[in-house]
Amino acid sequence: MTAGKTVAAVSRRIGRGGGTALPGLVAEKFDPAIVRDLGSQLGRGTVLITGTNGKTTTSRILASIATEAGLPHLHNREGSNLMRGIASSMLALAAASGTMPGGEGMLGIIETDEATLPPATRALAPRVIAFTNLFRDQLDRYGEVDTVAALWREALASAPADATLVLNADDPSVAELAIGWTGSIHWFGLDDEAFATNAGGASDARWCRACGGKFAYETRYFAHIGKWRCEGCERRRPSPRTSATSVHLGLGGASFGVEGLGDVTMSLTGAYNVYNALAAIAVARVLGINDVDITRGLAAAQAAFGRQEVVELEGRRLRLLLAKNPAGANQVLRLLAGLEGDLQVGVLLSDRFADGQDVSWTWDVDFELLAGRVGKCWAGGTRAEDIALRLKYAGWPAPAAVARAYHYFVDSLLADTEPGSDVFLIPTYTSLLDLRAELQRRGAASAFWERT
Amino acid sequence: MDGRMPSSEDRTLRLVHLYPDVMNIYGDRGNVIALRYRCEQRHIALEVEEVAIGDSFDAGACDLLLIGGGQDREQRRIADDLVEKGPALKAAIADGMPALAVCGGFQLFGHRYVDHEGGVIPGIGVFDLETRHPGPRADRCIGDVVLQTDLGEVVGFENHGGRTYLSAGQEPFGHVVRGFGNNAEDGTEGARVRNAIGTYLHGSLLPKNPAVADELLGAALRRRYGDEVELEPLDDVLETAAHRAAAKVAETRSRASTN
Repeated sequence: MTAGKTVAAVSRRIGRGGGTALPGLVAEKFDPAIVRDLGSQLGRGTVLITGTNGKTTTSRILASIATEAGLPHLHNREGSNLMRGIASSMLALAAASGTMPGGEGMLGIIETDEATLPPATRALAPRVIAFTNLFRDQLDRYGEVDTVAALWREALASAPADATLVLNADDPSVAELAIGWTGSIHWFGLDDEAFATNAGGASDARWCRACGGKFAYETRYFAHIGKWRCEGCERRRPSPRTSATSVHLGLGGASFGVEGLGDVTMSLTGAYNVYNALAAIAVARVLGINDVDITRGLAAAQAAFGRQEVVELEGRRLRLLLAKNPAGANQVLRLLAGLEGDLQVGVLLSDRFADGQDVSWTWDVDFELLAGRVGKCWAGGTRAEDIALRLKYAGWPAPAAVARAYHYFVDSLLADTEPGSDVFLIPTYTSLLDLRAELQRRGAASAFWERT
Repeated sequence: MDGRMPSSEDRTLRLVHLYPDVMNIYGDRGNVIALRYRCEQRHIALEVEEVAIGDSFDAGACDLLLIGGGQDREQRRIADDLVEKGPALKAAIADGMPALAVCGGFQLFGHRYVDHEGGVIPGIGVFDLETRHPGPRADRCIGDVVLQTDLGEVVGFENHGGRTYLSAGQEPFGHVVRGFGNNAEDGTEGARVRNAIGTYLHGSLLPKNPAVADELLGAALRRRYGDEVELEPLDDVLETAAHRAAAKVAETRSRASTN
């Protein structure tokens, strides 16, 4: 119960109550104070990383780079990106005296939930804040997309004036955070016309915040991401300082060129992970980490939980591709659409709180991209019937199973696939947790699981 | 023809989707996907025309109209344009044109929307109702919904800040069995005038409620091709399963109607 003692020590020191009722009942109130107190002991400052998609992976890549650079760091894990989780991550490293041993040499790499950015910014006075992108996500939890943008502006109003923003130049909703920001900005973006697409999909940014004009695109990569300009005023996509060219994506990894670094390779793949890598490189550059360590850190970075994790089960390679919202799911589908041959694909949709209770977002996902490409499919999760219907309307074949129960789902996978084949599984967050538990129960092996 | 009973086959219907790029916040295009699928299965050609702000609306070339939901900012964007199209739209609906207006679109098919700061966004008055936002501190109405309607049980998901109040004599779309409905007070949900349906329900609405989809398609066909046209039944096993699953979820986590 060291953590409990630490909470007590910290709460005594910050002088609010005797620390006896902690950590349970009143901890809610104390989380920001704990984060502030322990966070202030991080001598190399703190980086906050937020955005709808990619914050977990970007944080992991940055942590990998920091490791290569020999930079001690505190890194909260996914699922710990609310104030409570950030406090817990810090308490785990703190001593019972309420101090952070070695804190003076440490950097904080804090993945931050979109709505948590204002309190996290107030508590941590970050050195760098990185924004990956802004898409619709769990509208039943976060409210409207505009609400999230307003929270981010609120956070920036309380950020230190000498903080550096790392912004995605290709996302106009992120780029507009520069309006009114007087401090430094490091822009990142993609410069590869080969990734241009006309597939619109649901666009979550249409109008310029400065003048209300409509956005036009010289090159559109996906959704509202691309080389945009406002038809009403002079605003346009800023030239990125860190950008990727000549991107090559394979199932086992990606390579691309970055000015100053040359060609880099990583085991992560998909255009979205190129963006995550660019965000991490940009932050690393702001922190003054050298090119060699950045390149090595990228190469060493591993997929986060459920992102391109490969699990062996009775000779099948199950490839897990987490998809939590339309933008993320569309990226996964685009990756699969680029592969050869008939695909075996399972989609698992759940509607627990962490997934978002409203499943209507699946109708904004372009499952039609794989019409005619899917040989066999399966529907799973707490809303298996809903996703089965979505896939039917997208022109996929009738599912081999519509199974809410994970043991039936996996039984059907094994019954209908050949050993040696690849099966792509696209789960929402809690579906992934439940599926992983079922696969573990069956003795499936994943290098990732052994590491965590 | 080959002497069969008149069927829906070889017919064409024109669907106008109003402001699809702006009003599409909660999977609204699922409704278009469902209508297209149900037409394809019956060999009905469904032509979808997307009408944006500033485009002209030709009521004579419209058999079925859809408008989805948007954020407050987006509703303000379309309001002026919608008011311009309003008279033609209302006349077509009075003439029996089927329409589905969801969430933000539903609100603007009433007389007005009063936002959280008291600002008024004018609507077009297809339905005799108005919507008021109770202020930034009020909770949104969010959750799974089950309704009892003339078309049977309807399921969906609602997520709205505004509270809608029907005038006396304005028929609702349905009565709330689970969820909040128009205003979380009177147990009504949505509104209905002739073949026009307004509702807060997305999910998307039509895929999981094939009876509502077919009601709209049937009305469109009869209006264009005459009363004898019938829709062939489809294999709705998955639709029914998804409907039941949604109803079950609502039973476990949405409030029972207060009425």
